[in-house]
Amino acid sequence: MNIRVRLFSVIRDIAGFDEQTVVVPPRADAASVLRKLVQAHPALDPWKGSVRMAVNLEYVSSSHPLKQGDEVAIIPPVSGG
Amino acid sequence: MVSLTLNPIDIRSVVDGVTAPESGGIDVFVGTTRNHAGGRSVNLLEYEAYEPMAIAMMERLEAEARRRWTVNRIAIVHRLGKVPVGEASVVIAVSSAHRNEAFEACRFLIDTLKKEVPIWKREHFTNGTVEWSGVAAEAKHE
Repeated sequence: MNIRVRLFSVIRDIAGFDEQTVVVPPRADAASVLRKLVQAHPALDPWKGSVRMAVNLEYVSSSHPLKQGDEVAIIPPVSGG
Repeated sequence: MVSLTLNPIDIRSVVDGVTAPESGGIDVFVGTTRNHAGGRSVNLLEYEAYEPMAIAMMERLEAEARRRWTVNRIAIVHRLGKVPVGEASVVIAVSSAHRNEAFEACRFLIDTLKKEVPIWKREHFTNGTVEWSGVAAEAKHE
């Protein structure tokens, strides 16, 4: 399945891109996208415990099942306001 | 009403937007850029958002506040881009028949926005360094 991955803030700066399409196996979960990202960018490893995942504009748990065309965002700790 | 803007927030027009004849009061929270952070001197803050999700979540917060309190009108406006010291980064205004509901809803909205809405700020210090807010603290407990 093709998944659109979006990165923001410090995570984007470390990975060096803001948007990418990745291919994951059918029934992959949200956490698999993060694992793949950390494998490709080991400097993200210290962040994996503090980011949240969002799928199609909603926070989800790491076991959330993905479907073709989903937009997965890696959300580092927010600091608006 | 929720919105994101790259321009300075016109606080007066946000307040006008929640004015309602059935209201007895309007509570307004204005978040502004502070000239220091963690003991260091700050020039400006620079905000970015995951815009469609930020808007969707601000709308959900507005709906949740309406479910929990009897209020008339709600406005949540967050500025993006560079916000110099003293200028407003966020304005929340709530009108209601009685002040308690407006105060409580407004407090809930700003507190929850800061925890949940995907917006990030970078601190531009007067010594020229630029850092994502909170990142140094995060790295410490890794």
